[in-house]
Amino acid sequence: MTDRSGTDLLITNARPYGEDAVDLLVRDGVVTDIGAGLDRPADVEVLDAEGAVLLPGFVDLHTHLREPGGEESETIETGSRAAARGGYTAVFAMPNTDPVADTAVVVEHVRRRGEEVGLVDVHPVGAVTVGLEGAKMAELGTMARSRARVRMFSDDGRCVHDPVIMRRALEYASALDVVIAQHAEDHRLTTGAQAHEGVVASQLGLTGWPATAEETIVARDCALAREAGAALHVCHVSSLRTIEVLRAAKAQGVRVSAEVTPHHLLLTDAALTGYDPVNKVNPPLRTGEDTKAMRAALAEGVIDVVGTDHAPHAAQYKDTEWAAARPGMLGLETALSVVVHTMVEPGLLDWRGVARVLSERPAEIAGLPDQGRPVAVGEPATFALVDPDGAWTVRGAALASRASNTPFEGMRLPATVAATVLRGRVTSRNGSVAEGKAQA
Amino acid sequence: MKHLLSVTDLDAAAATGLLDTADRLKQALLGREVRKLPTLRGRTVITMFYENSTRTRVSFEAAGKWMSADTINVSASGSSVGKGESLRDTALTLSAVGADCVVVRHPASGAAHRLAGWIDRDAEKTGTHTSIVNAGDGTHEHPTQALLDAATLRDRLGGVAGRRIGIVGDVLHSRVARSNVFLLATLGAEVVVVAPPTLLPVGIEQWPCRVSPDLDAELPALDAVMMLRVQAERMHGAFFPSAREYAIGYGLSDERARLLPGHAVVMHPGPMVRGMEIAPAVADSPSSAILAQVSNGVHVRMAVLYHLLAGAPE
Repeated sequence: MTDRSGTDLLITNARPYGEDAVDLLVRDGVVTDIGAGLDRPADVEVLDAEGAVLLPGFVDLHTHLREPGGEESETIETGSRAAARGGYTAVFAMPNTDPVADTAVVVEHVRRRGEEVGLVDVHPVGAVTVGLEGAKMAELGTMARSRARVRMFSDDGRCVHDPVIMRRALEYASALDVVIAQHAEDHRLTTGAQAHEGVVASQLGLTGWPATAEETIVARDCALAREAGAALHVCHVSSLRTIEVLRAAKAQGVRVSAEVTPHHLLLTDAALTGYDPVNKVNPPLRTGEDTKAMRAALAEGVIDVVGTDHAPHAAQYKDTEWAAARPGMLGLETALSVVVHTMVEPGLLDWRGVARVLSERPAEIAGLPDQGRPVAVGEPATFALVDPDGAWTVRGAALASRASNTPFEGMRLPATVAATVLRGRVTSRNGSVAEGKAQA
Repeated sequence: MKHLLSVTDLDAAAATGLLDTADRLKQALLGREVRKLPTLRGRTVITMFYENSTRTRVSFEAAGKWMSADTINVSASGSSVGKGESLRDTALTLSAVGADCVVVRHPASGAAHRLAGWIDRDAEKTGTHTSIVNAGDGTHEHPTQALLDAATLRDRLGGVAGRRIGIVGDVLHSRVARSNVFLLATLGAEVVVVAPPTLLPVGIEQWPCRVSPDLDAELPALDAVMMLRVQAERMHGAFFPSAREYAIGYGLSDERARLLPGHAVVMHPGPMVRGMEIAPAVADSPSSAILAQVSNGVHVRMAVLYHLLAGAPE
């Protein structure tokens, strides 16, 4: 980003991708030397990694920072703090704010606020259609060429439902070299939907959200992306049926990528008994067969990345009857632990695989040149340092977000983020977030 | 029993205990000139209805009054979304006022569960104890309806266990159907659900019942048939083509009623759409227990209030 104020730093005793421990010397935010037992130059701050696993900083393609308009739930500052604590060095802020991020003015504001806070690269996502209304294409070109340099567009929270609008958006985006991220939900099939359509919802009397509403839109969009030669990103895949569609499209060479959320890797609709809306999310928590399929697809690469869909909601939006509650859950500070629990511990991913799904692929999909880079001399010092033996109990009130709506409340999860480093600057260390911004 | 939220909270013994208490209360009232028992004197029962209802609200009110409780009716309208006070604040307010029992009907499934959760957490701080009775939550459950249906079946058939009960119609949207399927199964009945596939919940094959598409084939072996209400708005949701076609396939016509064995009971939770769900002559026939259901409703609700507020007899 525009902040080129890199810092000098010596990281000692870090294990890149969980391999042999090394020291890394950072000058002006760039790695200049890697090796065992590097000398410490006099003027350089030292970060003792104590054997932590060193990974490229995490990149979240799916974050709701709520600012502007939803500051009672989250701000760019509190969300940035959560990101830094979670090991993230770049986040993509979804446009369903108030006002909607559908013009250059709003996306530039979000970008600038992110830079002012300076803890994580905040990349605004532009709306595909004006006001997220699905009727008229927003000025994608103006947003892409603005100071915010928008690389991803989405009406997330809503599906770009009209096939003509979706087709044109994909065609138009192909010339701008940007990606359209779709919230795949045929709303005609999900009117009034409150929960995954299945045994649990039926017994609880909650209107069902059929998996076919996701599968059919993904199938349609893959066909449209194929014809347009455009890049399509499928947000928050939740159904095992969708995976088969993605597999077939990828085999045909369609430029499609897909994400899964941490909660769709771990939680199922069994959590709904008791009607606590902390478990309400869109798309909904599905079945154990679905979570199993998500894990396998992520390991295989059919699903490319983990995106948090971090969705803070103030207590008044959750402490209601189920139907009145807003969908969404916190994700930035728990994502790594859920990935370790669901993917690393069962042997589905090694640390290089974690780097791939949390950093390298998301950076590649969004076209970020300075994120998700190899741990090597000449590359930016943008890292997440992970203590794989750390374990912690999730407490919503102790998270950095303004809201506390975590579905993992009280769960004991493996792995902690020991430190986050953004271009040589330590943004978070053992849960303490750096104060103030590095001076240019 | 702290609250009555779902029939799945009741095992066979607890459900039978409630039905036995209802019978005893009914007998106790029979010979009386003044229809009032002193059982719940000084206790406060608040009914809070977020949906229109005549029979259920009046039935709870009568149940409370016949046992000398102070009953207060709050008619709330609209949901808590953007219309002032939240459901949580309303519930805590009623609890703070000193309600011993809040009877709630709400359009959101799970609303009674949420209320009970908030009130129980509040009770840890304040020491107040308010019981919640679910009088219908969205498309989830209506436990006292299932209990009064079971009471009616006991009266008419001499028992529930081993009897074959048909439930016909819009099971998908029916809280009455959910409560009845689970309670009747708990009490040992064999439950058969008959509906067009569009009005069956996904996963019903895991419920304790059998599903049949053919009403005519089932009627000759039923001990009772419960007809469900079909709401007019379902026709706009493409659940079935027309009221006429629904009546032909799933209505209890005069001809169809003749397929039932002589002892079989015809039931409907009301309000009925005569001519569509049930032929007028069938609804008014000696087989019909529809009005008996209503009067049993008061006794069953007396029993529920009694067990919640005074404790179940040993």
